[in-house]
Amino acid sequence: MINVDNTILEISNLKKIYHDKKSEILAIENIDLKVKDKEFISIVGPSGCGKSTLLSILSGLENKSSGNISLNNNLKIGYMLQKDSLFPWRTIFENCLIGLEVSNTLTEESKNRVIKLLETYGLKDFMNKYPDSLSGGMRQRVALIRTLATNPDILLLDEPFSALDYQTRLALSDDVYKIIKNEGKTAIMVTHDLAEPIS
Amino acid sequence: MSTFSREHIEFLKKKKKKKYFILFWQIIIIILFLAIWEYLSYKKIINTFLFSSPSNIYRCLVGLYNNGDLFNHISITVYETIISFLLANIIGLIVGTILWWNNTIAKIADPYLTIINSLPKVALGPLIIIWVGASINSIIFMALMISSIISIINIYNSFISTDENFVTLMKSFKSSKWQLYTKVVIPSNISNIINNFKINISMSLIGVIMGELLVSKKGLGYLIMYGSQVFNINLVIASVFVLGILSYFMYYVIHLIEKKVEKK
Repeated sequence: MINVDNTILEISNLKKIYHDKKSEILAIENIDLKVKDKEFISIVGPSGCGKSTLLSILSGLENKSSGNISLNNNLKIGYMLQKDSLFPWRTIFENCLIGLEVSNTLTEESKNRVIKLLETYGLKDFMNKYPDSLSGGMRQRVALIRTLATNPDILLLDEPFSALDYQTRLALSDDVYKIIKNEGKTAIMVTHDLAEPIS
Repeated sequence: MSTFSREHIEFLKKKKKKKYFILFWQIIIIILFLAIWEYLSYKKIINTFLFSSPSNIYRCLVGLYNNGDLFNHISITVYETIISFLLANIIGLIVGTILWWNNTIAKIADPYLTIINSLPKVALGPLIIIWVGASINSIIFMALMISSIISIINIYNSFISTDENFVTLMKSFKSSKWQLYTKVVIPSNISNIINNFKINISMSLIGVIMGELLVSKKGLGYLIMYGSQVFNINLVIASVFVLGILSYFMYYVIHLIEKKVEKK
């Protein structure tokens, strides 16, 4: 089958219900979405409307209740979480390698790729420092490189700038957008702030 | 040092002064205490047969030291404490890990752990003696009953309260449970594990002394028991004194280990 319109991810009729002892909560329903290669999609909505749920399902952290998700032949998904969650006992470099370690793809080649990413995005000098010596914006950039390290085809970004102050946010969202464009990735970003996707 | 500003040097001086002030009073208090005690017993205001006196205790300690008994008893107590300390930590880590690994087992075990933990272990003393025998084993067993249960509960609780964000991150990379354990749970809980050492060393010592009071032919607990049976109060107080120093020393060793790990 020839894929004419370059769609690499298609979601149809997605539904997710959370169960707990007292009630069940309908988080999302009737979600349809087509994502094309190298597209940058932003999903904007108030907090609690199920944006993060969508990403959690796409990344495989949670199971869907019903619906269909079709992903083009084994494309890899990388998930950048809201919090940077850098491990304080690992250096910046070691933090960036965690995804590779976990997926058993830590080779000289992949290591060099990470070093190159750190170099390109101005973090090489901090490679052997620990996360607590970095500013919030830098930590977030490290988190992005950590996600990029496993070389995913589709990036999921969950309010990546929400923890930052306004100035850093503007600068960083610019950076992140450039990084993603440079690396030629497809991205789905979720945010509650309308200014973020525009900037 | 010469690069510091005047204010900073002043600040350091003040800090040092305060340190010496505290040390001074710590020493003064113990000297005063011993001096008053000695004075009261010398003037026969208190009965030395019941309350002993610092000089009598000192003579008693010298006597114990001269016939070689002192270090014999100390080393037995230390040996038993270290064995039960090591075993309790190993048991705590292994069982704590199993409980963290399998939530269902943890839930099943929960009421039993709570009961065993809140049960005064000394009540088990007679049973332990009957089952394990009146030997060093029953003393270590007794100490283990006290220290290992607390170890298990501490380790388990610190493992399950590992930062949820770290866990989510690892899951987003599709990590296995073993990877989560070795790469996040253990390294993020190092300080908790060492903190558990501290609790454990005190608990082990408590258990060992309790065991020695119940059944033994050697050790500081035995000395205390023996001293009270023959109404040799000098011996009892001397043993308690040595025990106090010993427990402080053991705690201090763990404290040094903690500092070394924290530096890393």
